[in-house]
Amino acid sequence: MSLAFLIEQLLNGVQLGVMLFLMAAGLTLVFGVMGLINLAHGSLYMVGAFFCAWIAGQTGSFWLGLGGGFLAAAATGALVEIVVIRRLYDRDHLDQVLATFALILIFSELARWVFGDRPLYLDVPAVLSGAVPLPGGGGYPAYRLAIIAVGLTTAVGLYLLIAKTRLGMQIRAGESDREMIGALGVDIRRLYTAVFALGAALAGLAGGMVGALQSVQVGMGEPVLILAFVVIIIGGIGSVKGALVGAVLVGVTDTLGRVFLPQLFGLLLPPSEATSVGSSLAAMAIYLLMAAVLTWRPKGLFPVDG
Amino acid sequence: MRKFSKGLALGLAASVALGCGPAAAEGLKIGMITTLSGGGSGLGIDVRDGFMLALKLSGESGIEVLVEDDAQKPDIAKQIADKFIQRDKVDILTGIIWSNLAMAVVPAALRDGVFYISPNAGPSALAGKGCHPHYFNVAWQNDNLHEAMGGYVQDNGYKKPFILAPNYPAGKDALTGFKRFYTGDVAGEIYTQLGQTDYAAEIAQVREADPDSIFFFLPGGMGIAFVKQYAQSGLEVPLFGPAFSFDQGILGAVGDAALGVKNTSQWSKDLDNAANKAFVEAFQQEYARLPSLYASQGYDTANLILAAWRQTGGTADKDAFQGALEAADFASVRGSFKFDASHHPIQDIYVREVVKEGDVLTNKIVGVGLKQHSHAYIADCKM
Repeated sequence: MSLAFLIEQLLNGVQLGVMLFLMAAGLTLVFGVMGLINLAHGSLYMVGAFFCAWIAGQTGSFWLGLGGGFLAAAATGALVEIVVIRRLYDRDHLDQVLATFALILIFSELARWVFGDRPLYLDVPAVLSGAVPLPGGGGYPAYRLAIIAVGLTTAVGLYLLIAKTRLGMQIRAGESDREMIGALGVDIRRLYTAVFALGAALAGLAGGMVGALQSVQVGMGEPVLILAFVVIIIGGIGSVKGALVGAVLVGVTDTLGRVFLPQLFGLLLPPSEATSVGSSLAAMAIYLLMAAVLTWRPKGLFPVDG
Repeated sequence: MRKFSKGLALGLAASVALGCGPAAAEGLKIGMITTLSGGGSGLGIDVRDGFMLALKLSGESGIEVLVEDDAQKPDIAKQIADKFIQRDKVDILTGIIWSNLAMAVVPAALRDGVFYISPNAGPSALAGKGCHPHYFNVAWQNDNLHEAMGGYVQDNGYKKPFILAPNYPAGKDALTGFKRFYTGDVAGEIYTQLGQTDYAAEIAQVREADPDSIFFFLPGGMGIAFVKQYAQSGLEVPLFGPAFSFDQGILGAVGDAALGVKNTSQWSKDLDNAANKAFVEAFQQEYARLPSLYASQGYDTANLILAAWRQTGGTADKDAFQGALEAADFASVRGSFKFDASHHPIQDIYVREVVKEGDVLTNKIVGVGLKQHSHAYIADCKM
């Protein structure tokens, strides 16, 4: 096994991680500030991807598409918050889960209606197609490096937003005491809409960027949503720092598990059984990680309420 | 009340008269269970559209088709089948795309005495030990396209293919089928997760193994993701796969990354026969898009049923109807068409290459993978 192979796989893990972070950040903020479980977060990811693909198809520019997907997801998020989510804050989690699950079904059928059954086409921009050489031979897709860069930039931006700005201060206050910041005269309804739209925009950004690597189709959000939930549980629900650490941890574990577990079993079993057993176990790797983290720290790595 | 009973008597008389008429006047009821919603809906829609097109072109009015969406879920497919059989009293079931759904529906439906004519799914269980006089598959046995690709890769002198497929029964069948006709060594073999969308880790393993070719079976969205990501990886090893990742419905979403990929199929839109030319033209006219192999399978399925119905006048005499289906006396878009002893096609499997015609990506035949091929489980079929 060469060094380049190891570097490439680590980069893959980090890239999957930062993509998950974009999803998990919104999910964890919404849960932390509003106490809401939003299953429809994956649909916002899908909205971002569909608009990105559609606008890029119409205008020929991936960047316009990405910006459009980001804005469309933010607008959809704000709209959904005002029309539906707002009524759910005082309900218990079961009602929230049921209502947001209904939103998934509605969004999926709407997307099918508007954009059709066939997967949409979205390609990486010409500037970022092709591979960048790695030390020790081999190459790494430039587009994936760009995703890592965008993800880390977003993480820094989100940190600055939360730590340094007035909105961030209100978000932090909202996390620790919801009634009190309302009593202090902050317009809590607007704050909630803003936080929800921010989370939606990040999901839409992730959807648009990943759409160029995968197929843009109905139902693309749900597998990612499950991973994003694992991430925020590992990171500590409500913690953005936890979401970042958890996301990279999950990304790297998943990638390395997929690569090395089948090889590990190859030492003990005949090849075809080894790949089969190893792949099955690799599919479970992140859940084992989650279980391990939770036995060690039941509230996740960075619990918000101490 | 009197008026009503008079009408009833008239209707009765009419139906008696009809019953005495020529056999072909008897109606035929077909239940189609297929996937029309969700990620796999493109396949079901194409099968349905191909099927309906054939009925429309035939001009026959005695055939009633009920269509319902199984949403790619075995339990829903089973419910629809029970309803079709018990309430609607269909004579024939058809339409299922996915093998796991077929296994949930077909054996029970056959026990209930209906015919099942598969336009797509061809699980080995129904081709070998579980074969049945009233089960027919118009498309292929699941292994066929993979076997043909194995043979093609071997014949073209590749010595180190890397092979990958999802970790589920059809994925394992695919790699087994490939290796049945490719008997050399492989550079590596990976089972990916079903529904996986990121293949960075697998592509890195391919790079590390340094193969001379790649065979992959990743149907639907999985294949789109793999081919796009592969194109960006800087690797330039030729790709081979079955037609499922390169059918007309998917090519548009893969884009130019698919250009030059070789894939195996029992049908292609440039097959040179009159039935196929008529089909491709009529399909484009009716639906304003190019037909896929699934559409061709739906079209052939309907024409097979039509031919048997015209010969026998219905399924009242099951043996006669079975015999008429076995004869397969219809103009297939694949050219000549005949069934083997297990009611699966004996056919040529072609190798196609993805090319660009104007702005549209499509496939063209570049060779034949296997000639007059049946399947590997036929010895287990005792009918």
